[in-house]
Amino acid sequence: MKITVRLFAFFRDGRFIEEERDYPDRTTVAGVIDSLGIDKEAVGVTMIASRHCPLDAELKEGDQLGIFPMIGGG
Amino acid sequence: MTDKIFRVNMTTLTTSIQEVPARWAGHGGRGLTSTIVADEVPPACHPLGPHNKLIIAPGLLSGTTAANSGRLSFGAKSPLTGTIKESNSGGTAAQFMARCGCKALILEGQPSGKAWYGLAMSPEGIVITVETELIGKGNFEVVGTLAGRMPAKHAVISIGQAGEMKMGAANISVKDNDGHLRSAGRGGLGAVLGSKRIKFITIDPKDGKMAIADPEKFKAASKIFTKALTEHPISKGLGQYGTNVLVNIINEAGGLPTRNFTAGQFAGHDKISGETMYDRIMERGGKPKHGCHPGCVIQCSQIYHDLKGQYKTSGFEYESIWAMGADCCVDNLDHIAEADSLMDDLGLDSIETSVAMGVAMEGGLLEFGDGEGILRILKEEVGKGTGLGRTIGGGAGLVGKTFGVARVPVVKNQAIPAYDPRAIKGIGITYATSTMGADHTMGYAIATNILKVGGSVDPLVKEGQVELSRNLQIATAAIDSTGMCLFIAFAALDDATCLPALIDLINARFGIHLTGDDVMNLGKYILKTERAFNQSAGFTNVDDRLPEFFKYEPLPPHNMVWDFTGAEIDAFWDF
Repeated sequence: MKITVRLFAFFRDGRFIEEERDYPDRTTVAGVIDSLGIDKEAVGVTMIASRHCPLDAELKEGDQLGIFPMIGGG
Repeated sequence: MTDKIFRVNMTTLTTSIQEVPARWAGHGGRGLTSTIVADEVPPACHPLGPHNKLIIAPGLLSGTTAANSGRLSFGAKSPLTGTIKESNSGGTAAQFMARCGCKALILEGQPSGKAWYGLAMSPEGIVITVETELIGKGNFEVVGTLAGRMPAKHAVISIGQAGEMKMGAANISVKDNDGHLRSAGRGGLGAVLGSKRIKFITIDPKDGKMAIADPEKFKAASKIFTKALTEHPISKGLGQYGTNVLVNIINEAGGLPTRNFTAGQFAGHDKISGETMYDRIMERGGKPKHGCHPGCVIQCSQIYHDLKGQYKTSGFEYESIWAMGADCCVDNLDHIAEADSLMDDLGLDSIETSVAMGVAMEGGLLEFGDGEGILRILKEEVGKGTGLGRTIGGGAGLVGKTFGVARVPVVKNQAIPAYDPRAIKGIGITYATSTMGADHTMGYAIATNILKVGGSVDPLVKEGQVELSRNLQIATAAIDSTGMCLFIAFAALDDATCLPALIDLINARFGIHLTGDDVMNLGKYILKTERAFNQSAGFTNVDDRLPEFFKYEPLPPHNMVWDFTGAEIDAFWDF
């Protein structure tokens, strides 16, 4: 299935900003994170279609997944 | 050095140094400014008249070596909101005032003539002098000229032309380590300083030193506290991308107010994001990391250069970039940086002024996205004090009335900042119930709604939001009293060693024995004191509401409206 993955802050370093990628059916958010060589401990927020999601959420065809490190401001 | 109250009467042009009354002794920062305003300012007074007072107070830990303790609180009745107001700033003034032995500076009265004045603070007291050279000048010239008049180590508090013209969006500027500016931005407090005809205050601490009751205990607590701040992962992102790291995550969450609060996502988000800003700073030889005061270990500020590689602005923050960017649909970061610099020089709150500009765009003054047009209006209209300029400088509420716009994002006449309350409901409760009008810093529900710091509350549901905002507002009021930067809260929410170390620092500084409960009770006392002032000034629970359009205009992409009832909002005050 095709998933649009969007990376933010230093997760972009040596990777990409946004990419459409192929994954097997029932791939989880954690699976995508592992496939990118990102340390799950460093992940702060993940969102599918602009809604927060847990790492074990299963993706479906056409989903847009955003992966953020722990960030803050204000 | 023992702390004293420094008092300046601008009616009689006299100054005095007084002992600290017992009921003020345990307070600092916001707790102290709000206590003094409540004690001495008649709630029904006109904010620009002779009976309002401007109180300037370093926090309880300002001037010590504790990390991130350099915030300075400014308090008064606000000309923008008509409520009590505390607005705080970085820069070097808090530390130098504390080293002068000044627990609070009270500016009262009003001169009868047309002269303008400068104040000079040192440990010996305050000297008032007539000022002519710097009147009508911007903050950069004020700071630059005063550097030539003062010893190398000095601090400056000043107003630009906006404060002289007593605009509702006028801020108070504070010089930082490098001669750049930080701002006590919100609520028009620059207009209060202008109403007292004070252009600037210089501070020369001479050899003034802080007294620490228990230096060993202070040192030990300081080590733990600094470690908690530097090791928190959010500190890393803040140091690299600044607070502007938020553009992309708030946009992704659908809560980035765009085109005067008509959408929650901005097509040009990545062009104005923290990631883009970082790349540009590196390409142009700027500095991604910069502290607004000595002792800051987070360094969320930065030095942003223009296309020619010359200094353009610093302290280039998320809320300023959002407001001039997404809210006005400007996707050119250099235009936003130029506007930021102009607003710093004129002495304007970059949130209020930019949101006002967005409302004016809706009213037909300019096309959305017209960055050049914004710069022209700031220079030619606001800076010169034309009728249009004074309207923009009067804030979003005034612009809405002048241009006949119904979609005016203000609470208690103060512009709503960079998070849409329809998509991030917790922050909506803070905007509605804050004692100071719409202000994200009063109870930063974004941490828990979006960033997942200090737990997790779904941003799109109502459950848990009132309690979240209440807990955050109580804790924030207490932190605002310490002189600590609010960004210590990320570590305080996540790291169990952080808050006890902060309390130990206060105890070691004064030789007292505060507990965690005492600190929470301090926060509650501050909120209740501020609310009582507002009620005496005529505010009721009906003022604790968001603008009507949030109820009937769904916000894309989530297509949510603001759906809290009045009774649900009023439950905030059940403590």
